[in-house]
Amino acid sequence: MTTLLHYLAEYFGDAANWSGASGIPTRLAQHFGYTLLAFVISVLLALPIGLWTGHTGRGGVLVSLTANAARALPTYGLLVLLVVLYGIGLVPVMVPLVALAIPPILLNSYEGIRGVDPALTDAARGMGMTSSQILLRAQLPVALPLILVGLRTAAVQIVATATIAAAVSFGGVGRPIVDGLARSDYALVVGGAALAGICSLVILALFAVLGQVLVSPGVRASRD
Amino acid sequence: MSLRIPGYLGTFWELLGDHLVMALGASLLGLVLALPLGLACVRWPRVYAPVLAACSVLYSIPSLAFFVLLIAFTGISRTTVILPLAVYALAGLVPNVVDGLRAVPDSVRQSAVAMGFSTPRRLLTVDLPLAIPAVIAGLRVATVANISMVSVGALIGMGAFGALFTASVQLDRLDLAIIGIIATVVMALVVDAVLVLVQRLSTPWMRRTSKVSR
Repeated sequence: MTTLLHYLAEYFGDAANWSGASGIPTRLAQHFGYTLLAFVISVLLALPIGLWTGHTGRGGVLVSLTANAARALPTYGLLVLLVVLYGIGLVPVMVPLVALAIPPILLNSYEGIRGVDPALTDAARGMGMTSSQILLRAQLPVALPLILVGLRTAAVQIVATATIAAAVSFGGVGRPIVDGLARSDYALVVGGAALAGICSLVILALFAVLGQVLVSPGVRASRD
Repeated sequence: MSLRIPGYLGTFWELLGDHLVMALGASLLGLVLALPLGLACVRWPRVYAPVLAACSVLYSIPSLAFFVLLIAFTGISRTTVILPLAVYALAGLVPNVVDGLRAVPDSVRQSAVAMGFSTPRRLLTVDLPLAIPAVIAGLRVATVANISMVSVGALIGMGAFGALFTASVQLDRLDLAIIGIIATVVMALVVDAVLVLVQRLSTPWMRRTSKVSR
């Protein structure tokens, strides 16, 4: 434990680690860059499908099959496969991260919308709402807590797994870990691991705030 | 079957055994930890929220970071891979155990009490068996995730099939990556099917009463 603290002090105390192409700010920027891009792509792909299948109630089997299949794919293997096929580039990093993020978003949005009380949907229809109004104005707000959990899981998985991209010479906070392991420079390893942990906690905190801001107070109260 | 796996990695079957031991070991350890935690959360509802929060924080620790930090304590060993995966499994298992236990009908619980069951005996012989479907549902998700995550251990030299991926990049051999991915996915499917079978065998009452599968 004391050695870990010693390494942490060594890494974060070294001024050279705070600037330049391999500095902490650059690594964090790269890491959040990968994360944000992968997250946006996954949401655009999975959320509409999850919402729509949940709304119509059709395609549920297909949703869970896709989600399960994607979950079984080894992220590291997929990354390596794409790198060997296409060389180093943005696509080989994005595909595994997106594949990882799709199942929680898809499943939670599908289950969330489907789990909305049918009486509520009927009431909305009775008020003359169109199908898309029912989905967006009645079902979505009620299902939002569950959907946010799915989005949070996806984001956490992306930010955690983006670390592995360093194994095939990408940047991000995995870089110091992989370089440190290769050079037996454990201050670098421990420092990188700490950065990776911090990134994840930032994402968790972000979603805690989002949950407070986005979820309607009425829905929040009825859940407690 | 002649798989051209470089000799220094070991044979395909050795890798397969390693992979299974680490993935299933992590699931088992996760289950062993999740059952008492879940029982405690049902018994004392106030601890549920903090336990759940702790699980999601632990779940968010990147596996690579978790592995390298554990090296300081457990060295480069299977334990270093198994412990983090078991901890990740908790995030899915604990809520399922709690939901499963809470879904036990009150009438059943009261019958057990009326028959003179002590609380521990009731929990172990009535509540827990009835929670099996929910527990196994959680276990399936955790195990499939573990099987695909073991590969990351390759970055610290303990990846089983993951070693194929590292070798694939180093030797520029596409076939190794493909073998590794297929082997991992097939293993996940087979183990998942076995768990479904375990659930069916361990809950014979579900087959007669309910056509709805979870």
